[in-house]
Amino acid sequence: MKNKLTTLMTLSTLIALPALAASPAQEKLTVYTYSSFASEWGPGPKIEAAFEKSCACDLEFIALDDGVSVLNRLRLEGKNSQADVLLGLDDSLMATAKNTGLLAEHDIDLSNINMANGWNDKTFVPFDYGYFSFIYNSEKLKNPPKSLKELVEQRDDLNIIYQDPRTSTPGLGLMLWMKSVYGDQVGNAWKKLAKKTVTVTKGWSEAYSMFLKGEADMVLSYTTSPAYHIIAEGKNQYVAANFSEGHYTQTEVAAIVESTQNKELATEFMNFILSDGFQSEIATGNWMYPVTDVVLPKEFEQLSLPVKSLSFSSEEVAENRKKWTKEWLISLTD
Amino acid sequence: MRLTNPLMVFVKLLKPVQIPGFLLSIGIFLFVLMAVNALLTYSPAIKVTTIWSDPYYRHITKFSFYQATLSTLLSVLLAIPISHALFRREFKGKALLLKLFATTLVLPVLVAVFGLLAIYGNSGVLATVFEYFDSELPFSIFGLNGILLAHVFFNLPFACRLFLQALNSIPDKQHQLASHLGLKHYYKFRFVEWPHIIGQLPHVAGLIFMLCFTSFATVMALGGGPKSTTIELAIYQAIKFDFDLQTGALLALWQICLCAILAMFIQKLSRPSQLTTNYQGAKNTFFHDSLFSKFWDFGWISLIILLVIPPLLMVVISGLNQQILIVLSDIKFWLAFKNSLLIALFASLAAVASAFVILLASRQWRLLGFNGRADKIEMLATIILVTPGLVISTGLFLLLREVAHFSSLAFYIVVAVNALMALPFALKSLALPMLHNAQKYELLCASLGLLSWNRFYWVEWKALQRPILQAICLSFVLSVGDLSAIALFGSHSFSTLPLYLFQLLGSYQMQSAAVVALVLLILSVGIFIVIESVFKEKERQPKVASNKYE
Repeated sequence: MKNKLTTLMTLSTLIALPALAASPAQEKLTVYTYSSFASEWGPGPKIEAAFEKSCACDLEFIALDDGVSVLNRLRLEGKNSQADVLLGLDDSLMATAKNTGLLAEHDIDLSNINMANGWNDKTFVPFDYGYFSFIYNSEKLKNPPKSLKELVEQRDDLNIIYQDPRTSTPGLGLMLWMKSVYGDQVGNAWKKLAKKTVTVTKGWSEAYSMFLKGEADMVLSYTTSPAYHIIAEGKNQYVAANFSEGHYTQTEVAAIVESTQNKELATEFMNFILSDGFQSEIATGNWMYPVTDVVLPKEFEQLSLPVKSLSFSSEEVAENRKKWTKEWLISLTD
Repeated sequence: MRLTNPLMVFVKLLKPVQIPGFLLSIGIFLFVLMAVNALLTYSPAIKVTTIWSDPYYRHITKFSFYQATLSTLLSVLLAIPISHALFRREFKGKALLLKLFATTLVLPVLVAVFGLLAIYGNSGVLATVFEYFDSELPFSIFGLNGILLAHVFFNLPFACRLFLQALNSIPDKQHQLASHLGLKHYYKFRFVEWPHIIGQLPHVAGLIFMLCFTSFATVMALGGGPKSTTIELAIYQAIKFDFDLQTGALLALWQICLCAILAMFIQKLSRPSQLTTNYQGAKNTFFHDSLFSKFWDFGWISLIILLVIPPLLMVVISGLNQQILIVLSDIKFWLAFKNSLLIALFASLAAVASAFVILLASRQWRLLGFNGRADKIEMLATIILVTPGLVISTGLFLLLREVAHFSSLAFYIVVAVNALMALPFALKSLALPMLHNAQKYELLCASLGLLSWNRFYWVEWKALQRPILQAICLSFVLSVGDLSAIALFGSHSFSTLPLYLFQLLGSYQMQSAAVVALVLLILSVGIFIVIESVFKEKERQPKVASNKYE
């Protein structure tokens, strides 16, 4: 019966054309983010509820495919964007995003951020971080590679799935990881890796679900991904391979859009990002490390921490991203 | 004689009824140029050399040619024996099969891809059969294999239909003569049938080549990585992934140039085709049958049936799963459904109205024998065929972004771009009936003084109802299945059925995807069936040749 009702209601709305402009009853904050953040199983809904309780406003997440799409949507819309806040860019996109001139500086108190190198960026506020890593099923794979070089150069018995660096931030992360390990020799390394690549997917979720279906031995994800299997599913067999060269770090950030009409509300939201209400949802909602010292679930202690964290400055990435992506593209087409 | 300004002469030659169509056609052309220009000038520095100096873009240009050539060869070469076999044999369900052939080209690409995956995919029917015999599928559908398979699936039936039409137009006398002369199989084919096929060949091959060359959704869904990428897909990637609008526009221009050269080449090769290929020859009764030729024809007909039917059948079978109620009670599905329906409805109406107006202009010229002029005005409006939808929608948005917000524009832009993309097909399907109508009634109308609305209602609408509705149907189905105009504007809150299907496929929700694919299939095939049956009721005249692609 309920189904029928919904159907009827939807059919009746078929007649109505999309209105040109909606008239907001209360203040509305529009946040562009990536789809897995806003989805019902992501942290979005809980964060939305928590923030709306404190602000008496309407928080709307506009879900786009991934972090790159979030930035590109803003660039396309330019100064006439509806977005008040972007949530879900990462540190490698920061300089590119800043150069568009479409983002505003903030005056958020960053003192409670608890990250290794601290944080003092004037435009971006971090909301979580993590380390890229290859995940494997320890029941099937008994001798995982000990280093990225071992995986690329020696292990012809393995196959992997990773994401496209042009569309997905983990894919971009792998590209930078490979670059920081191989430098100028990265072209050859990509060719070697291509031989053991099952497929390159557009986004993280496609890759991860293919891996869970058993279509590859390893998949590119985060060191924190096993926590999901431990906490949500009670499964201990999924493990992140710890590589001796170190792991590339990703910090996910948010920023206020320059053209926003709701600067005050946007600032309130940015402050909320660093509060416990937001940060405590990160570990078990987005499966990443929170940036403040909120209490972590005890299962996070089982996770392997990288011996070293690798990263390029976002200026270096902005300058070289196109070139390095071409390197990847060309070594795959030969 | 006094020399006059040629422009003035031209304007004087223009009848009032031609002016809107003339302006519209030029307007569309200018609009496409403006949209491409908006992308080109988005950032100041233009690096024209980026494309040919770049090994990656050279690679995809080569690949576009390579896959399009192979797809065309396969489709055309297979279509010759198949259409020949279909021409010689009558069997139960032949009419239905030919109707199905007409739908494969306009079928939403993702629906077909879904059906093909269900047969040839890693967990498809074939893989299961192989698994039963403890072996693995010897090929992967991702990459060149899949692209070729899908292109042949779309285009082989289309080519068969066109060749069959050509064969059907062989005059009865020629069959008799061949019989008298004792021409058997090969010789009859060589001297009677082949000349009719070769007349169609350049057109068919050219059109198929263009369609495959600019293929987008097929390559996106089955390409499997940077190795198998077409120019059209690279344009999408440049715009959507890198936000490199200039490269997108340059690649689009590059593609337009290549297609233009190709079109001219085809024009040179092919003889001028007569507009009237409606002649239906007598049934081919004069031929020497033999056991061999029975087997030969049977083999080819089975081949095409095995290619076309199973994927469509699988869409139906896998669509009827337990998820059906869950999907059908999901508000997201209904929102996508509503958007698809509205977009396709408005786009098809706009496309057919524009086609009508443009043809009013061009048919006047045809009546006066200015065929070249008429062709040109129709060509201007057809430029969109080789211009990627994404380039147009991005350009249009850049032109309008100062005026309104993204989300409020998205719907209208998608409608406009879909209408533009359907326009060439609407033009093609209305051109002939409208010309015939004018040939019959132009003088009568002039003598009766039937003008404007009265003329439209009493002359055009009364006689052209069927082709007009068919054109609307065709445009509707094209828009309902389109993925390229929505690609830029879609988000999780604004999607259409094909985009929703793409998102579901992307997140491996195969059962839900199957349901959506089935709905799309029903929507696109259903609308043809409904219209057909409406006219059957009305006319009680079952046999009317529908040459949508003439």
